[in-house]
Amino acid sequence: MSGMRGLSVFISDIRNCQNKEAERLRVDKELGNIRTCFKNEKVLTPYKKKKYVWKMLYIHMLGYDVDFGHMEAVSLISAPKYPEKQVGYIVTSCLLNENHDFLRLAINTVRNDIIGRNETFQCLALTLVGNIGGRDFSESLAPDVQKLLISSSCRPLVRKKAALCLLRLFRKNPDAVNVDGWADRMAQLLDERDLGILTSSTSLLVALVSNNHEAYSSCLPKCVKILERLARNQHVPQEYTYYGIPSPWLQVKAMRALQYFPTIEDPSTRKALFEVLQRILMGTDVVKNVNKNNASHAVLFEALSLVMHLDAEKEMMSQCVALLGKFISVREPNIRYLGLENMTRMLMVTDVQDSIKKHQSQIITSLKDPDISIRRRALDLLYGMCDVSNAKDIVEELLQYLSTAEFSMREELSLKAAILAEKFAPDLSWYVDVILQLIDKAGDFVSDDIWFRVVQFVTNNEDLQPYAASKAREYLDKIAIHETMLKVSAYILGEYGHLLARQPGCSASELFSILHEKLPTVSTPTIPILLSTYAKLLMHTQPPDPELQKKIWAVFKKYESCIDVEIQQRAVEYFELSKKGAAYMDVLAEMPKFPERQSSLIKKAEDVEDTADQSAIKLRAQQQPSNALVLADPQPVDGAPPPLKVPIVSGSTNPESVARSVSQAYGTLSSIDPQTPSPDLLSDLLGPLAIEAAPGAEQHGPIGAEGVPEEVDGSAIVPVEEQTNSVELIGNIAERFHALCLKDSGVLYEDPHIQIGIKAEWRGHHGRLVLFMGNKNTSPLTSVQALILPPAHLKLDLSPVPDTIPPRAQVQSPLEVMNIRPSRDVAVLDFSYKFGTNMVNAKLRIPATLNKFLQPLQLTSEEFFPQWRALSGPPLKLQEVVRGVRPLALPEMANLFNSFHVTICPGLDPNPNNLVASTTFYSESTGAMLCLARIETDPADRTQLRMTIGSGDPALTFELKEFIKEQLITIPMGSRALVPAAGPGPAPAPPVAQPPSPAALADDPGALLAGLL
Amino acid sequence: MGIRFILMVNKQGQTRLAQYYEWLTLEERRALEGEIVRKCLARNDQQCSFVEHRNYKIVYRRYASLFFMVGVDDDENELAILEFIHLLVETMDKHFGNVCELDIMFHLEKAHFMLEEMVMNGCIVETSKANILSSIQLMDKAH
Repeated sequence: MSGMRGLSVFISDIRNCQNKEAERLRVDKELGNIRTCFKNEKVLTPYKKKKYVWKMLYIHMLGYDVDFGHMEAVSLISAPKYPEKQVGYIVTSCLLNENHDFLRLAINTVRNDIIGRNETFQCLALTLVGNIGGRDFSESLAPDVQKLLISSSCRPLVRKKAALCLLRLFRKNPDAVNVDGWADRMAQLLDERDLGILTSSTSLLVALVSNNHEAYSSCLPKCVKILERLARNQHVPQEYTYYGIPSPWLQVKAMRALQYFPTIEDPSTRKALFEVLQRILMGTDVVKNVNKNNASHAVLFEALSLVMHLDAEKEMMSQCVALLGKFISVREPNIRYLGLENMTRMLMVTDVQDSIKKHQSQIITSLKDPDISIRRRALDLLYGMCDVSNAKDIVEELLQYLSTAEFSMREELSLKAAILAEKFAPDLSWYVDVILQLIDKAGDFVSDDIWFRVVQFVTNNEDLQPYAASKAREYLDKIAIHETMLKVSAYILGEYGHLLARQPGCSASELFSILHEKLPTVSTPTIPILLSTYAKLLMHTQPPDPELQKKIWAVFKKYESCIDVEIQQRAVEYFELSKKGAAYMDVLAEMPKFPERQSSLIKKAEDVEDTADQSAIKLRAQQQPSNALVLADPQPVDGAPPPLKVPIVSGSTNPESVARSVSQAYGTLSSIDPQTPSPDLLSDLLGPLAIEAAPGAEQHGPIGAEGVPEEVDGSAIVPVEEQTNSVELIGNIAERFHALCLKDSGVLYEDPHIQIGIKAEWRGHHGRLVLFMGNKNTSPLTSVQALILPPAHLKLDLSPVPDTIPPRAQVQSPLEVMNIRPSRDVAVLDFSYKFGTNMVNAKLRIPATLNKFLQPLQLTSEEFFPQWRALSGPPLKLQEVVRGVRPLALPEMANLFNSFHVTICPGLDPNPNNLVASTTFYSESTGAMLCLARIETDPADRTQLRMTIGSGDPALTFELKEFIKEQLITIPMGSRALVPAAGPGPAPAPPVAQPPSPAALADDPGALLAGLL
Repeated sequence: MGIRFILMVNKQGQTRLAQYYEWLTLEERRALEGEIVRKCLARNDQQCSFVEHRNYKIVYRRYASLFFMVGVDDDENELAILEFIHLLVETMDKHFGNVCELDIMFHLEKAHFMLEEMVMNGCIVETSKANILSSIQLMDKAH
């Protein structure tokens, strides 16, 4: 390696390591070496620095943490010579991210390189900014970069990089590109001859157009021109021709850019484009050379997308479908995969569904392909193309495939089969058949939602009840049935078993014995369902069967002392109830119909991690209006309104049901959807500080009867929707928060499944927090979501949190905090996850409180008093008498002040009952600002004091005063766990001074939250 | 954004080059690389070159013992990326002559330079081999 022997030796050593442990030892040794060199050698030669920095990159690539030496890497950027500078730039962009402090230090050097004359330096600097530049780069560099991009004196090698650099700056801050001035320049750029500039400029164009296509409409014909030039192979230099294809990448990019314009109005442009497209569609042949073939097909598939987007004439569309039909039957797996993928996209085009259906059998063949990537595409396509005409066939195929599918696909498959069956069932008995088969074949992968849904359907459709009951009875004859099957059968037979009474083997006592036979093997959650079924069976026996009654009472008796509360309660209550005769009949009467509700299945499908699936679901949702009422059932109840699309459902649905579904969507939103922030943000934030009450229980009207304990309402028996937040907390959230306000690491939240710890570092107005989320279980936590609700004064940037936390694993998520101006508001972390079917949601205050931006500072009397006198009075200096203070001895109070970084300066005040303190506050708007405080206590009455706070900023003075007041009044965080401020009774007298900007506060949920907590 | 990351991993699952165009923590990278490598290594020649993983699509190609894996957004043109991998390999071949795993391993910096000339901010910046290699020649000259 160009003279870096040490590096080669190190790489060889690593290569020779026999195992991971040996590798780690070697790496640790090297890291030690480098660290020592950086520390001890005052002047490192650029060569050595370069060598060490490459080693760091190598170690980083191997997956080891390199948490030092970043400064050295960054410092190479300012080296005068190209080789060092180059290393500095490349390694910096690999090791650091845009929020790294060191990167800010380099802004000036980078800018000097960009505006300097040396074009290789320009390239390096532009690449770095293009790869990791953040918002602050955007603000200071955008004009320079734009200048380079359009400069005619710059060579293409600089300009192409400037284009992608500008793209980054635009993404970080859309204001970096001024639309009015830039649109024309962008169009001019597309007139360039150089294909390098064009390749990167079209990428820039895609980003700009996707943001505002109208402003850039003049670029549209230019894109078509580029395509024409390439398609006709005019003036394409040899070096840009790839296996005979004129830059396939530029062709693809130009066609992609065109897909961001909604349509092409100008007839001559449209005509020119369609000529090119036609040529691509017709002129792409399969050739022997793999690379040439791939390149030409890359262009072809992009052309297909563009044709679909442009809604071409019918003839061209059918040409596309025919091509795709050909592709999905070829042997070459890549083409087959892409054929399936694009056919799924094609479903969005109107009028082609029928021609796609012709390929159904071929697609089904792909569902059995040995390659899982292809099977997934086939599954998606089948799911997308399913409608009432082919539902039976497709669902049949999915069920068949279910038995052989690998585990990773079974859950998705069963969910999709269930949704299709529900949506497109030609008759409901078929739907019941499908779901029962599904449970039978893949019980482990059938979530509770699926069987809850079938129960809802059966309950709401009288015609279906006898059929469902007899089917359920049939499955019970199987030797081994899945527990979910037992649950659903037991439930259905309890409700509707009596409808079968005249059939052989279906008397109440026979049903009881066949169910009860299975009880010893079931898990705890199934037992309550069986008990309810027994109670119902008993109630339905007319005339009463003393024999059966004896048996069932014996069961109830047995479970009366069960350790599980649910089982015990049901056993006791059913036993008592069953002695009551007529009242018993009322309580245990058939369940009333379920209220109309959106299918939780479809909702769930939307949550499915795989975005490929999501695309199909979105697609499906778009076709929804025509299919929503497909279930030809008298009760609109079954029409399963499409989720989220509700307000846009078109005229085909009757208005009443739309209104209902709308009200439903809003009415229950807060309890259903963990993802969308509720429109009523405030109540969402205020109500459940940590844990919401489980919803749903009151949805089913209880059947009133005198003397009936309330617990025996519908919800005890009915499968309720997913329970949310049924976890018990460990520790008190408010106490944990308050502890973290005064220290920088600790536990923020804990329940039986997860522990969230926090570790923070503060420097000036910046803070870096790391959230540690540890899964305490042996099974994964899924649907993990963490959202930050920032107050207006903080800029927060939370790194993405993975969707799943593996068993016993801990994930870390850094959170960057920047304090913009003084405020006591707190940021809130809206955190949720799923454990099994339990959705848990917690809203947690983040301890990025005002005091974190204070730096201790001790002043002498010579320093203090001139400053103190310089602050003349309100609004810079505020005084207030505070009552209701928790009595504290003076040294304790001094400790308290010190603990939140307001440093007591002893001996400054001649009166021994007074305290004088000082601190420095950091925020972006105030910079570092000195704050002074004086507390005058009354030895006769420790519950009151007078405090005077001063600083150079009125808002800061006010906020700090209020903050200190809160601390003085509410620090006792005993077991009561009260939250500070407005709530508790002996609230302090309203402040003399006016709050800084009440209007701003009102707009900010975080602020409201903090004010009301 | 297009390209999210480019990995070169050998048959034993050892990473030879990793370049990310979005910031992931070390933990996330390790997990991601592990999962992807496991998935790709388990596939055979008769299967297609695309693997869906989380919200990425992995376009991969194997050259002797080395796998080139490119993570892209779901809507990226897969074949264009597949041939872009080949362009990268041809470029390295042109520079090293008969490029092999060891070349990339011991000339990590050159591999990085080439990549840097070809991809920026997750977008393709240059596809002419002569232009890509000009900066490396410049560096060689400086020595």
